[in-house]
Amino acid sequence: MKVLIDHISKIYRDRRGESTEALRDIHFSMEEKEFVVVVGPSGCGKSTLLNIIAGLLSSTSGQVIFEGPQTDSKPHTAVVFQDFALFPWRTVLKNIVYGLEERGIKWQEQLEIARRYIALVGLQGFENKYPHQLSGGMKQRVSIARALANDPMLLLMDEPFSALDAQTRTLMQYELSRIWEETHKSLLYITHNIQEAVFLGDRVVVLSRRPGRILDIIKIELPRPRSEALTLERRYLEYVDAIWAHIKKQAKDAMEEIG
Amino acid sequence: MRREIDPLRVEKAIVQDKTHFLQMKEHPWLSLISFIAILLFWEWVSRMAWVPPLFLPAPSSILSEGWIMVKTGIIFKHILASLNRILWGFVIACSLGILVGILIGFFSIPEAVGNPIIAATFPIPKIAILPLLILWLGIGESSKVAVIALGVFFPMVINVYTGVKNVDPLLIKAALSLGSNRTRIIRKVILPSILPMIFAGMKLGIGIALLLVVAAEMVAADAGIGFMILTTADLMQTQKLMVGLIILSLLGIFFNWLFQKLERLFIPWKQ
Repeated sequence: MKVLIDHISKIYRDRRGESTEALRDIHFSMEEKEFVVVVGPSGCGKSTLLNIIAGLLSSTSGQVIFEGPQTDSKPHTAVVFQDFALFPWRTVLKNIVYGLEERGIKWQEQLEIARRYIALVGLQGFENKYPHQLSGGMKQRVSIARALANDPMLLLMDEPFSALDAQTRTLMQYELSRIWEETHKSLLYITHNIQEAVFLGDRVVVLSRRPGRILDIIKIELPRPRSEALTLERRYLEYVDAIWAHIKKQAKDAMEEIG
Repeated sequence: MRREIDPLRVEKAIVQDKTHFLQMKEHPWLSLISFIAILLFWEWVSRMAWVPPLFLPAPSSILSEGWIMVKTGIIFKHILASLNRILWGFVIACSLGILVGILIGFFSIPEAVGNPIIAATFPIPKIAILPLLILWLGIGESSKVAVIALGVFFPMVINVYTGVKNVDPLLIKAALSLGSNRTRIIRKVILPSILPMIFAGMKLGIGIALLLVVAAEMVAADAGIGFMILTTADLMQTQKLMVGLIILSLLGIFFNWLFQKLERLFIPWKQ
């Protein structure tokens, strides 16, 4: 399964007819089992791009194409949102089986699948807790398990760890790296955090500030599985530096524009 | 015009908690004691015959009158008559209110059609519609049930509509991305999201239902608490009238308690 992001542009129009160009001609493709990170300064249209790929927003021009064998039962995408988006009236287990319910899978099988992903993200013992009883990091684990359980062709993550504190965030990056090594899902990951992008991605797509354009696509040739030790290595830091060089001016301009 | 410099003193200054007064003290017994005290004072005033019992009967005499009404069973006839009307009106109003509220909240055409109608009819005091309802439906049960239903319908429909409008769009997106279609979203996202608003509507509604059942029974009825209050006042049986008021108070408290329990039962994800 190859995913082609084919010359996507997005222009928002508000009620007074004023338009804002969010994305300009975004074009790249993703290979099967590839981990692609889109990184860019705030307000560069990263989330817009993710929503278009998820089918939650229409593009002004261009399209998203999934190339390869298709089935009706397997969804194209599943999204892990920054603010978790867990259903507060459902327990951890019921949240995770939501997509399976919608696909009409039998309860027994739902339960088996859910157990597998609960174990994968390390939530054993919390199956019957409600989201409000969980910490932020655990909520995001539920959200990841919910998306993975639905077995999408492409997993989308929209700044999934931005709502977490810095320490939890770092731990969750290691966790995600481990989970990805076990599942090898095609994954498109949105972030503004360059270290995170380099640590996680096979390739990093660097976006400019608004309107978001592709500044560069950098292949991260660091060995996998990646662990904490990697973050001290010179090659890792060189990648971080290279991307920061791209983004620095963009981020500065964006900051002055907003501030 | 330079301000004089505050000379430095060498002392010890201990920092005080400035928010101290915000911490309200709890007085667990005071509520009960003051309640009893007021009752005793009332009893005393009546016993001293400063106020004729026709205007203000003693609590003890109200209580014994109430006991007699319980023993003869007459009180239950009135309570059941009123409760029956409240129940029907309430059930009809809640089901219609939830249905219409979701329709106008979620679909654009019902919203365009329904909103002005609701905006125009909502401000009319429902008691004012009672004569028209009696004209249409007769003086039997249906006009009373209808006026209660009308009164409860509006807070319910407005609450549900507001609830639907305030459903977290992120949850809808999440459901869509997990494969829900529009009807599934109403059942699995909208409905649980608005449950708290439905309960708020029910709590508002039950107060209105009590008000309207009494009003409707005062206009035309042969049983019910409103009927009982009106006839006992005509016959200057103030004790019985007071019994009616106490029953209304108890009913209000009971419904409040009931909805609180139901809310806990149906919304376990909110402590």
